[in-house]
Amino acid sequence: MNIKSLTRFDWRSSFIYWMFALIFLFFAILLRNDGFLGPNNLLNIFRQTATISVMAVAMTLVIACAEIDLSIGGVAGLSSVVVALMIRDHGAVAGVLAGLGVGLLVGTANGLLVSRIGIPSFLVTLGMQGVAVGTAALITNYAPIPILNDSFNRIFGSGSIGKFPSVIFWSFTAVFVGWVTLTRTTLGRRILATGGNRDAAEFNGIDTKRIKFTVLLISSTVAAIAGMIYAGRLQTGRYEWGTGDELSAIAAVILGGTSLFGGGGTIIGTLFGALLVGLINNGLILAGLPVSEQQIIRGLIIILAVALAKKK
Amino acid sequence: MNTVEMRSINKSFFGTRVLKDVNFSVRPGEIHALAGENGAGKSTLMKILQGVYAMDSGEIEVAGTPVQINSFQDAQKYGIGMVFQEFSLIPELTVAQNIFLNREPKNKLGLITDKESVSQAGKVLESVGIEIDVTAKVSTLSRAYQQLTEIAKAIAANAKILILDEPTASLAKHEVDALFKVLKQLTASGVSIIYISHRMDEIYQICDRITVLRDGNLVAVESLGDVTPQVIIAHITGRKDVEMLSHDGRHIDRSSTPTLKVEELVAGARVKKVSLELYQGEILGLAGLMGSGRTEILRAIFGLDKKSGGRLFLNGAEIAIKNPRDAKSGGMALIPEDRRRQGLIMEHSISSNILAANLGKLSHLNFLNFEKIKDYSATAIADFEIRPPEANRQVKLLSGGNQQKVVIAKWVATDPSIILMDEPTVGVDIGTKVEIMKLVRSLAAQGKSIILISSELPELLGVCDRILIIKNGEIHGALERNEIRDEDHLQLMVQGINA
Repeated sequence: MNIKSLTRFDWRSSFIYWMFALIFLFFAILLRNDGFLGPNNLLNIFRQTATISVMAVAMTLVIACAEIDLSIGGVAGLSSVVVALMIRDHGAVAGVLAGLGVGLLVGTANGLLVSRIGIPSFLVTLGMQGVAVGTAALITNYAPIPILNDSFNRIFGSGSIGKFPSVIFWSFTAVFVGWVTLTRTTLGRRILATGGNRDAAEFNGIDTKRIKFTVLLISSTVAAIAGMIYAGRLQTGRYEWGTGDELSAIAAVILGGTSLFGGGGTIIGTLFGALLVGLINNGLILAGLPVSEQQIIRGLIIILAVALAKKK
Repeated sequence: MNTVEMRSINKSFFGTRVLKDVNFSVRPGEIHALAGENGAGKSTLMKILQGVYAMDSGEIEVAGTPVQINSFQDAQKYGIGMVFQEFSLIPELTVAQNIFLNREPKNKLGLITDKESVSQAGKVLESVGIEIDVTAKVSTLSRAYQQLTEIAKAIAANAKILILDEPTASLAKHEVDALFKVLKQLTASGVSIIYISHRMDEIYQICDRITVLRDGNLVAVESLGDVTPQVIIAHITGRKDVEMLSHDGRHIDRSSTPTLKVEELVAGARVKKVSLELYQGEILGLAGLMGSGRTEILRAIFGLDKKSGGRLFLNGAEIAIKNPRDAKSGGMALIPEDRRRQGLIMEHSISSNILAANLGKLSHLNFLNFEKIKDYSATAIADFEIRPPEANRQVKLLSGGNQQKVVIAKWVATDPSIILMDEPTVGVDIGTKVEIMKLVRSLAAQGKSIILISSELPELLGVCDRILIIKNGEIHGALERNEIRDEDHLQLMVQGINA
């Protein structure tokens, strides 16, 4: 019995790279006199997308598991103010530990509610987003909390390693760890199995509830780290940091080629998805469009890109 | 020593005994057929062996050792592998990744090495004679290859006993041959296979012995070399209580124009040049095995599947049915096989389910007319004897039989002249089955024309005026009711064995 050609060309998987190249080229030509291709501007794109790409990597795991986490923006904001308050009163180490604590705490709550009580993650994390942002506003009374600890600020955002801003280091670490996790660890394989066919995963002896718990815990913890990157880069903790980032992160994941229905996922695609979102933002700003027009064009480009990626 | 020995197995569900002192044994390297009608206890027996159900009493030995099987993982540990109908594969992972799912080979750093699983999976596949590219994603494989992957997965997990449940139902002829070749090769290496099937030709082609269950009792264990298919079918069907459903011998007038005429209908791979005529007030049965194309014929007529050829005539006038809306406006209704997924909105009430197909009639200027809806549901509940008679009860709280009545009520309310029914009595208790069959009869008596699919041949014999035998997507014979002697006769026709 012969095997018929099985290699159906799945252009969704390479779509993001074409899209990225196309839009990059478009801006490079259109904005050639506006410094788009300058090394500083290109580093800027990376810098501006660092927090999104870090969160989007974790979101890839969540979506591959056929779940969603809408609380990450709120968690980033809450983490930034908790870190700022703790640094002010107890120093940088306590600040970082407290920030991670915020992520672990929210992640545990999300994970338990989804995996043990069985509430859809969409609803749990939507509610948790409000709780996180509200708590952050409450404990700071809406005020920004300045961070005066230089080493914290350098490590988490304002500093640089050689020529590279430290935020880029964070973003590449996240991508590398995420990539190894998804492609080379049993956790990654179990996430894909759970998201791909939950009943089948159970039959194979996979504890799918635990996997769901784990991805939501990872997602929240990573969001807390993203909150620290915000805090370090802007040298302030503020409840508004991260607002709306969940949508950018989801857009990055889907643009990158991960199916919204779970079972598949590509971390490298997600990185390019995040960079594409950053590229579009940057290009529109350089083109000198007013904010309102930027928003409209950004929205349309994302819808168009996702629609094209969906079509086989 | 037998590979599997099940002794005096008893099992009851809610006080109904579904297995009564059943013995079942499988020898090393044999392919053992397990046969019986739907509800005879085959799947319950197999689920006990897989650890899905706990038996009430009895004992199980695997390779001579008494074992307790309390979970699917236990069964796996004792070398019992199930080849699922609903596949246990993860579509987005590759064949090799699926074969080693949750027990992936790892390197020194504890990271998965797909290279290792690819080479190991390749060896397993080679050893059983399956040719698949192990790096292909499962979602890109045909059903036949997915099934072979399932088999390879069980073998790679050291299964010594494989359970296959109607494995050929969705396979094409050459795929069946490939599957059988693999099964033969497996038995040569000492693997035993339990083969659940309704198909006598296949059973005779590859099985060594057969165990027949009927109504939860063991009725026969035979070597296939020693018995004829006629004897086995007699074992399977047994003596039926046909009184409830005896045919009334009425006569259909076929001199007029047929209500529905299908000419050389072709659709997909499973409907090949089907022609039929259906007259007013007639009940036409489609008899065939699972996968014979009977469901697909109805789907194509109703516009659910794309037709690639053929013509349809309603009362002599040609009609193009491109989608279910066309069929509905032509006066057809389809009562689908899977009522939970295709027939009903389970979370909604009886009345809103009936409403769903009759929105036009029960509204004015797009506003719902609640008075009318109330009357309508009350009439339907009374006419179809839906229990409990509460229009606002969610249908998921009704029994299977009453759910089916809601589906029928819903479509009858659209006042169709042609009703297509696909397995209307699946998962329905025996009392309600008879009620549903009487309902079918009374609909025909009102002048509606009905095409009925059922795997339960006594039902077809009880109500149909004519029965078409469907095999491989073609009509292999049309029998007037009075030309059929009894159930065995019809069963042999369906199996393609000359009676």
